[in-house]
Amino acid sequence: MDLEYQLIIPEFVMAGLAVVIIAAALAFRNVDQKWFGYATAVGLAIIAIVTAVAYWNTNDDFGTVLAVDHFTVLFRVFFLGIAFFTVLAAVQFAGDRLKNHAEFYGLIVFATLGMMLLAASRELLTAYLSLELLSFSFYILVGFNKLNPFSNEGSLKYMLLGAFSSALMLYGISLIYGVTGTTTYSAIGPDVVEGTRNIAAQLASFAGGSGGVDPDGARPGLLIGLVLITAGLGFKVSAVPFHQWTPDAYQGAPLPITAFLSAGGKAAAFAFFLRLFSEAFLPAAAEWVWFVAILAAVTMIVGNLMALQQTNFKRLMAYSSISQVGYLLVGIVALDAANITQSQDAASALVLHLIGYVTTNIAVFAAIIAFYNRTGRDDIVDLRGLAERQPFLAFAIAAALFSLAGMPLFAGFATKFIIFQAAFNNGFLWLGAIGVTASFVSLYYYLMVIKQMYLYEPEGSDRERFHVSRPLAGALVVLVAGVLFIGLYPTPLFDVIHSSTEGLFEQAAAMSAAVVGQ
Amino acid sequence: MDAGEALLLLLLIPGAAMLLTILVPSRHANVVRWIALITTTATLIDSIWIFAVYDFAQGGYQFDLQYPWIENIGFLGENGISLHLAVDGIAAPMVLLNGLVGFAGVLVSWKITHRVKDFFILFMALFTGVYGVYIGQDLFFWFFAYELAVLPMYLLIVIWGSTNKEYGAMKLTMVLVGGSVLIFVGIFAVFAEAGAGTFDMAVLRDIEFGRGFANTFFPFFMIGCGVLAGLFPFHTWSPDGHVAAPTAVSMLHAGVLMKLGAFGIIRLGMEILPAGTDFWMPVLLVLGGVAAVYGAISAIHQTDLKFVIGYSSVSHMGFVLMGLGTMNNIGVNGAVLQMFSHGVMTALFFAMVGGLYDQAHTRDIRVFGGLVRKMPLFVIFFGIAGLTSLGLPGLSGFVAEFHIFVGTIDTFPLFAALGILSAALTAIYVLRLMGRAALGPFNPRWENLKDLSRWEIAAAIVLIAPIIAMGIWPDPFIDRIAPTVAELPNIDQIGGLFTLSSLTGR
Repeated sequence: MDLEYQLIIPEFVMAGLAVVIIAAALAFRNVDQKWFGYATAVGLAIIAIVTAVAYWNTNDDFGTVLAVDHFTVLFRVFFLGIAFFTVLAAVQFAGDRLKNHAEFYGLIVFATLGMMLLAASRELLTAYLSLELLSFSFYILVGFNKLNPFSNEGSLKYMLLGAFSSALMLYGISLIYGVTGTTTYSAIGPDVVEGTRNIAAQLASFAGGSGGVDPDGARPGLLIGLVLITAGLGFKVSAVPFHQWTPDAYQGAPLPITAFLSAGGKAAAFAFFLRLFSEAFLPAAAEWVWFVAILAAVTMIVGNLMALQQTNFKRLMAYSSISQVGYLLVGIVALDAANITQSQDAASALVLHLIGYVTTNIAVFAAIIAFYNRTGRDDIVDLRGLAERQPFLAFAIAAALFSLAGMPLFAGFATKFIIFQAAFNNGFLWLGAIGVTASFVSLYYYLMVIKQMYLYEPEGSDRERFHVSRPLAGALVVLVAGVLFIGLYPTPLFDVIHSSTEGLFEQAAAMSAAVVGQ
Repeated sequence: MDAGEALLLLLLIPGAAMLLTILVPSRHANVVRWIALITTTATLIDSIWIFAVYDFAQGGYQFDLQYPWIENIGFLGENGISLHLAVDGIAAPMVLLNGLVGFAGVLVSWKITHRVKDFFILFMALFTGVYGVYIGQDLFFWFFAYELAVLPMYLLIVIWGSTNKEYGAMKLTMVLVGGSVLIFVGIFAVFAEAGAGTFDMAVLRDIEFGRGFANTFFPFFMIGCGVLAGLFPFHTWSPDGHVAAPTAVSMLHAGVLMKLGAFGIIRLGMEILPAGTDFWMPVLLVLGGVAAVYGAISAIHQTDLKFVIGYSSVSHMGFVLMGLGTMNNIGVNGAVLQMFSHGVMTALFFAMVGGLYDQAHTRDIRVFGGLVRKMPLFVIFFGIAGLTSLGLPGLSGFVAEFHIFVGTIDTFPLFAALGILSAALTAIYVLRLMGRAALGPFNPRWENLKDLSRWEIAAAIVLIAPIIAMGIWPDPFIDRIAPTVAELPNIDQIGGLFTLSSLTGR
């Protein structure tokens, strides 16, 4: 088979960039460390632009394992963007509080590489390996502040539970392989149809009491495999009840890594989730939709209720990100095997919400990093009087929190509107209602933060106004503008997303056309 | 009439003023104030023009304007979400009301000195949101504007408010946003049931929803919007919020924002789901009647001036809901008249209380006495508001309440009696208030009080003018409201009765 290596040049370049950054630190010991950060950021930006320009019209496969289609390219650029803003926000933080900067940036690049491969994977083992590349980089990054016990604790918890969830997922993959004899998504798809028919037939024969069981036909292994893979993914995206590692990892990690984990980590896992469930498992939607729906509902409810009682800003954001996962899962629930148009709408709605959420979350964290650079504190009460000391930061945080709560003008309103609408259209009125109620509850704890910033006077010894470094301020302006733009006029972004999700359903469309043809 | 740009200006002018204010350095407080005043003057002129030019002979929706916003994506079809603006005979007076109260609100906010810039940015956001609700013809935009009107309240109260402001602000926000959750679910259900791929109200109005569906989802709109209108038993946020809020915010809040609730019941409930009115409107009438009496009784017990007015608002909004609940042309007509009348009246009330509180730093009725000696203008203006409130003929409250009672007698005579009873109770607390605070023996503690500032006098005049105009010549209002109300679906026509507009031969 001829492999077209030019399709995955960006991935090669990323690996090269990481190695070069780490090696450069050995060669140039006397250079100010912040330049490694800026060099990484510039490298990421160049790769993002070149990838967007050179690959947008590509629609090809690398063997049977990677797809380079619109979806892949969209997510490549998206992940590079996340990494770019993370690095930009991290430079001053790393300079003040971390050692071994080049390794820090190199690992961020490796994690990004894992994300890019994950979004492109069309084969279970490739996806698994990409996910591990991503996870291993994160295990180290979370514990990067190695003299801080919280950082160690978070890293250890994250690693142990992450290993456990990887094992679950691998077991699920092996079951799927055992039943279908393949690990490529495109081959699983048709087999899943067959498998579900057989499960139905099996159940019917049990119910009928005839006892005539076809030994080839019985495939409950498929269902168990699906459940295990979903559980493993649940760990990675931190859906309730698989979320316990999240608050500790978020609190322990250095702030820029918390941002990266909550944005990039989630986005990558959801790219995987979406591609897997729409390319391979969509025909079996009737089998899994109910437990994903329950997962979504529980995640939204528990995430928001737990967030209510947090006093640490990072932990608050951890639970807030868990509840956002619930909203994103609503998009998976809205996939409908029988209606390809509806499925594609749901997938686009999910990606739109994902992009809106990630933009908003990076904005929150960039602002908090700027605050932390000055004060070294991250409890909610420490934000007191921020509106007096640094009005722009306070405004950015307030805007982003309102967006997370789904208030108008900001991204969260439009994207939640569209994703809940997708669930309503698929007949999940109750799930949408829970979602709307949950985001109403979330307004309370976001307002508590906003109240600290705007209502009270600054306290403590440090009450002066302060400045935000220029790259960070610039990044914040861009992010807040992005949040407003998505909130007010999501059409162009949605069009781009919609053209990229089309490829996910080609096979399902062909199959349903074939069914109609019979 | 097709000058929809006038409606667009209602959103663009305050929106632009908000952005402009953001750019002004915060030390130039006077620049900020003048921007706000010029803005509200412009919108007031625009509002008056729209009210005057609305062609009541033709009726229906006018000034129609539609720009596509988000369309042809996913489940949204042609004009899926659009910026669709229009006013009918019900919205026209409401637009005028918002113009008047917003203008007066800026005048009385002139004396704010703490973080002036932030105040006016939020004020303009709220003001724009309210206009958006009155003129929006697209459910997405409508909800967007609704939230935009509710949300700034939190910061406005928490930063510039008084008396238990953190509690009041959080309660108000959570209850109102909780109500909007219901609206949100209702909007989704309507969209999915219609299957037209659009949020355009003009399209949705033409779709006939089944009785079962309408009966299920009508309460989502009725309670969701009703919460904002102080619907019993969800009204308790209202007095707490009013008391905590700064003067101008109380004015906008009681004067305009609470009307959004009643307006929403008309727009979303009565117009889009008319099949649900048969079952639910009597419920609304009963709850409105209870609120009218309950609010009045509670007002009698209060000692804080703002609490008196807060509960009086609950009581008067109860009349509005009663009027809507009658589902006949005269009752609904009266409800809309009452929305306008109560809007200007209560804004006047709060403006006056604010003027007093800023000097006296207390609002306890028991410590005042003989204020007329020091603040004659205050007492006159406050008295006018009070007399409007108790329904003195010749002032706007009488016209509105008269319509409501006539409409109610026709359908639910018992509740008409209840309404009239609560109007009598209103007389008790208003007259008691006047007797204690304004007249009565002079309390020497208030030797140093000064009369109202010129800004407050200007605000009061702006608000009193429509009260008197509507009281002695209600035709311009009734001419616009009555034909529109008559065209609402499912409205009973009770033509044989004596109505005010029949007096003047129209």
